[in-house]
Amino acid sequence: MPVAAVLILAAGTFAIRLAGPLLRDRVKLPEKVNELMTASATVLLLALVAVSALTNGKQFGGWALAAGVVVGGVAAWRKAPFVAVIVLAVGTTAVLRLAGVA
Amino acid sequence: MAAVALGAAVTGASFGAISVGSGLPWWMPVLMSLVIFAGGSQFMAVGIVAAGGSPAAAVVAGLVLNARHLPFGLAIGDVLGRSSLARIVGSHLLIDESTAFAMSEKDPARARAAYWACGVSLFFSWNSGVLIGALAGQAIGDPATFGLDAAFPAAMLALTLPALKDAATRNAALVGAVIALVTTPFLPAGVPVLLALAGLFAFRTTKKEEPCPSPQS
Repeated sequence: MPVAAVLILAAGTFAIRLAGPLLRDRVKLPEKVNELMTASATVLLLALVAVSALTNGKQFGGWALAAGVVVGGVAAWRKAPFVAVIVLAVGTTAVLRLAGVA
Repeated sequence: MAAVALGAAVTGASFGAISVGSGLPWWMPVLMSLVIFAGGSQFMAVGIVAAGGSPAAAVVAGLVLNARHLPFGLAIGDVLGRSSLARIVGSHLLIDESTAFAMSEKDPARARAAYWACGVSLFFSWNSGVLIGALAGQAIGDPATFGLDAAFPAAMLALTLPALKDAATRNAALVGAVIALVTTPFLPAGVPVLLALAGLFAFRTTKKEEPCPSPQS
């Protein structure tokens, strides 16, 4: 992660944030555009979850990793605290690997 | 609000530890949190780069993710205050939580107070959390051995779950996830996640069934 990439992302994010209050009097986004922007955030995040839970960047990432994320996901769905979600996911994957599951 | 701030600190600590676990120096997640201050895009960028993706893909994905802040800003607008300084500093504090707190108040003065209180307290709790997590993460070592590579997708899944309650969003996200998975073996890392945006073609908001137009709306 080069520092330049961090700064570009920061500058772009700030521009997006500042644009709203500045353009408020002149621009009215259609409701559909608002909805699409909000949905695109979720689409990107879930895609990244899927790729990082199920692949190593090229092929299937192994059962231990996938099972850990599933356990964490179920915990989150059952409203477990955030830390518990992470600990359960990591713990499941680690125990499975110790047991020889790839 | 204290609970929200505590939650941000915990999420921040996870972000710091996971980032360092993925091979970044301790100051990188700290710098990101200070200047970007948008958790989802920070997780996204680190995740893409950790998976071998290009920094360019990480930046594009992060910016698309943060595009949702534009309608937030249009919606709350004057809550920041009208002076240039208030707008500049206030804009940096424009996040999901501060927007939600401001929108929950009808009275403009109370909305402004809620926005700033939430924004400032989350800025401090998030960044302290990241710093602590990054320093602690240095002590842990190779992520794969201890299953720490599961922490990152699990954390993001937990962050994404509430938004998936909406059926239209869920359909689009599931289609996008399948597109990303299917294209992963053939494309450079980071690109499949961006291609997932094609899932938005499946985004169909259901018309609210109203037998007759309600007079209030």
